[in-house]
Formats: sequence, C-alpha cells, structure tokens
Amino acid sequence: MIRLENIDKVYRTERIETLALQNINLDVASGEFVSIMGPSGCGKSTLLNLIGLLDAPSSGKLSIDKQAVNGSDKALAKMRNEKLGFVFQSFHLVPDLTVADNVEIPLLYRSMPGSERRKLALAAIDAVGLSSRAQHFPTQLSGGQQQRVAIARAIVGKPRILLADEPTGNLDSQMGEEIMTILHDLNRNAGTTVVMVTHDERFAKRTDRIVRLFDGRQVA
Amino acid sequence: MKSYLKLAFKVLGRRKVFTFISLFGITMTLVVLVVATSIIDDTFEPRKPESRFDRVLTLSTVAMIGPSTTETMNPGFGLIHDYIYTLPGIEAASAFSEASPTVIYRNDGRAEAQLKRTDAAYWRILDFKFLQGRPFTADEEQRGALVAVITDGLRKRLFQNRPALGQSVEIDGRGFRIVGIVPDVPITRFAAWSDVWVPHTTERSSAYQHLFLGNYSALVLARTGNDLPRLQREFADRVKRMPISDPKTFTHIAAGLDTRFESYARDSSGNHAWQLRLLLGALAILFMSLPALNLITLNLSRILERASEIGVRKAFGASRRSLVAQFVFENVLLTLIGGAISFVVAAAVIAALNRADLVTNAQFELNLRVFGYGLAIAIFFGLFSGAYPAWRMARLQAVTALRGGAR
Repeated sequence: MIRLENIDKVYRTERIETLALQNINLDVASGEFVSIMGPSGCGKSTLLNLIGLLDAPSSGKLSIDKQAVNGSDKALAKMRNEKLGFVFQSFHLVPDLTVADNVEIPLLYRSMPGSERRKLALAAIDAVGLSSRAQHFPTQLSGGQQQRVAIARAIVGKPRILLADEPTGNLDSQMGEEIMTILHDLNRNAGTTVVMVTHDERFAKRTDRIVRLFDGRQVA
Repeated sequence: MKSYLKLAFKVLGRRKVFTFISLFGITMTLVVLVVATSIIDDTFEPRKPESRFDRVLTLSTVAMIGPSTTETMNPGFGLIHDYIYTLPGIEAASAFSEASPTVIYRNDGRAEAQLKRTDAAYWRILDFKFLQGRPFTADEEQRGALVAVITDGLRKRLFQNRPALGQSVEIDGRGFRIVGIVPDVPITRFAAWSDVWVPHTTERSSAYQHLFLGNYSALVLARTGNDLPRLQREFADRVKRMPISDPKTFTHIAAGLDTRFESYARDSSGNHAWQLRLLLGALAILFMSLPALNLITLNLSRILERASEIGVRKAFGASRRSLVAQFVFENVLLTLIGGAISFVVAAAVIAALNRADLVTNAQFELNLRVFGYGLAIAIFFGLFSGAYPAWRMARLQAVTALRGGAR
C-alpha cells in the first residue's frame, strides 16, 4: 500500500545542512496499523509528512498504491484528497467555520453537490459521536471533542490511509483512550490503513507494528 | 463558489478590525476615484447641450511660431470665415466668441453676466433645450438684429418671477429683445457656457470680421463621426497654406481641429491627446497603487494568520490554484462591499458638490457609465491587492503552512 525506498530528507539553509531522514525503507500493507516512535527530533513527523505528500523527499522513491509519487501540484493535491486523511496533534480546525463546515473541507475539492457534501459530513460527525455539536464552532468544544472533529474531517472522504501525528499528544489520558478507540475501530471495521506517530508506548503496543527511528535512521 | 462566499462572509465578520480598516481604505480610495470619474465624465463625454460632440470638432487656439517667439491666441472671425465655414462636406460650422463679462440692465435692476456673440448655426450644432422662445435666426444674424437668448438663471436674477420673453434688456448701451430662454449651462461645457448670447453682427464695429486672430472659437459639425479624421486632415492642409502676416517674426502656424478630448491636450507644439490619456491613466494607477500596496501588506499579515488553514486545505486536497481563487475571491468580495459603500458616499459627495456650485452650474452625476467605471475599478483593485498575497501563500509547502507561517 505504502512503499518507501531509500528515502533521505535533507533540510538546507545557507549555512547548515541537516539530515532529517536517512535511507528509510518501509512497507505498510493495506489494512495495517503502524506506529512510528522515537525521541523528539528523530524525524517521526518528517516521515509522516513525506508519506502524506505534505513534503517532498530529497532522494529515494515513495509510492502509494503502487503509484510513484512525483506529480504536479494538481496531481499531488488529487492524491491527498482521494487517498489520504490527516489527524494532527493540534487539531488544526479552522476557527471561522462550524464543526460541519470544517468536516466538509476535503469534500470541497471534489465535484459533488452541496447537499451531498453536507450529508456525508453529518454522517462522519455522527460516527465520532458529535451529532449534537455540528453547528458549534471549534472554540466551543473541549480538546477531545476537537480531535474527534478532526478525525471526522479525516475520514469524511473515505480515504484508505489515515495519517495521525501524535493524535493524543494534547489530550488527557481518558480522551486519548477515546481517540485511540475510534482509530482502532476505523482500522478494524472500515479496513483503513493507519500510520500513527506517537510518544506513548501504551498506545503503540496496541498497533500491529512499531517502526522506531533514532537520529533520522530506522532502528526497528 | 457558495462555500467561498460563505467562508468569505464568516472571515470578514469575525475579523472586524481588519475588515473595518480594509473597508475604510477601499471606500476612501474608490470615493475619490468615482467622484473624479464623474467629473471627467462630465467634462469629456457628450452631454446636453453638447450631446452631438461625438461628431463635432473645435478650433480654439492658433499659435504663430517663430525662431524666438510663439504667440498663441484664439482664432479671429476672419480665419473662421475663410477656412472653417468653407470646409467641404460638413453639416454646419459656427463661430462664437469667448464668454466675456458684461453688465445687463433692466429698468433699475442690473446683473453681471457672461456674454457670447455667435451665429445662427451655433444653435443647430448645440442642442439647447429652449424653456421658452427660440434661438435667433440666420436672418436676424445677417441683419444684426438686437435679439438675445438668456439662461433661466439670468432670467430669475433680472425678472424674478415676472415674464421675460419679449422684454428688453440693455447690453453695452443698447436695448436687446429676449427671444429665448435656456437652462443654465455648466462652466465645463466651454462651447455652450454663457449667460446671454447675441448675434455676432451686433458688435459695434465690423472690424472683427476680418481679423485672423481674435477672441472667437469655431465648431464644425460633421455629417458622421467617421468624417472627423478627413476634416482634420483637410484643415491641416489649409493651415499650411495660411499666409503669415509677419514672416520676419513667425515662420509657421500651428492650429488644428480637435475633438473635445483633444482640445484639452493642445499646446503651441501640437496635439498631445495620447500623452494626456497616458498621464490620466498613470495618475489613476498611481493613485490606486498606494492603497493597493497598503492592502497587500494588510492582506499578507491577514493571510499569514491563516497559514494553518492553508496547510489544512492543502493537506485535504486544495491545489494552489483553488487556494489562490479562494483568497482572491475573498478580497474581491471585500472590495465590492467597499465599492458599494463608496457609491453611496460618492453620491452624497457629488450631491454636496452640486449644491455648493463649486463648478459653476455643473450637475455631476453617478450615471450608469460612471457606475461601470467604478465597478471595473473596484474589481481591478480587488484582484490587484488580493492576487499577490494569495499567490505567495498558496506557494507555501503544506508542512510549512501547518507550522504556522512563511519560511
């Protein structure tokens, strides 16, 4: 499903060159739930951003669904829209929009009528148990609720891959459990492939596989 | 489109300080532009009593040019008689004097007024609406009949509410009978503007009829607008053949038949209409650029605040093009709202200008043409000030935008 071959990522400034990832080789199978772990600054989020096509590798080959990733801005946008869903540590909800409008965002870039968009958004909100909050603004919700909205937004377009960057990082343990339960349900029941960056060993152990990074290298 | 509109209204409503500052800047700029457009429109566009000016040429200056001296004056009646009245294939030609101040007496009352001397053709070229009476005729012109047409404003000053038509007034020590009354004319209509018109033949001496230079101007009404270039060429040929009265001082004559716009761009070295257009265009662009640059800076900081939103949209499938479209749309909408407010404010400013009569008798208006120009200006302004910040932000890598800003 996801294949990384000899991936390097180098950040260059005028003075310094930082090797963020070095020779990463990784295969994630369809329907797998993979955790990426490692100390701060080891390149976990960088790796997730590369898989999510939010950033480009300096060298190496990345393919999703056997399709090499190296297209135009439009082609990458289409791939992100159709195949990938994101959940971020700090939620990244748009404060000017209601919950329903936030969840609709991925569907805005697909050709579909507004009524259909709204129907799918409400179904996704319902799936994360927030039906009564559809017309609220993000600032009116707790952190856990905001993350559930972010998950609804990530799954509304029915992507086959869900990328979660420390989804429980800003939540207390109870809310973190709730979010993990939703992610596991999506993985088991909908067959969604999940790649999650986490610092929490407990959550990582409950996934199918743990990829460990250290100083930009894959160590396990 | 609907979702862009919805989001744009939400963003504008939630960021009230930014919205207010932006709207204030846009509104003030557009008010000045719309009022200026209205004044330019009133000055240059054909409008009663000069509504036929799309096929009228004027001659109002003649320059005598020598190696060390240039003398610029109005043409005299003699030049107009010999070189304008005789132009082939025209519908009409007229001579009229510069408006000159005079005092008009009636019984024990008096009024200061502007007087023009002209011919009967003048009333065929200009389409005055006669409130009462009629223009003076070719026969009256030939006879030097002491008849006058006056404006309604002058009628009120001399006669208050009493009937004026057929009454006599004293001009230049002679009694003139009022044969027609017309509405007041704005000072910006230089050919039509005056308070009182009398036949040129009522001048006390006929010497003016032979003058090459003097205080007259000429109007030429072509049969169609297409004839104008031909008439301009024909007159230019005639100018080359004009005799120079003082060849020791002057070597050649510069004069031309001009359209209304061209007449504002003529000096002794010729007609500079395209330079005037360029200047007006450059001034408009310069005037718009300063607030637009200001708005670009404001927009950049506003959009930077929304870097995270841009990152999210990119992550979920927005292409650069759709992001640029979204931000430009928001900006154009903001500008159009500013445009709508500015039309209301501009209408009030124009009404105040008209009431104050700063430009004599002028009745500036927000007509459809002015509205069209204003709308075009508003959209240009919105695109100009929105496109660059939007393009810059849309170029951000998604991951950089999600971190919260430009790098």
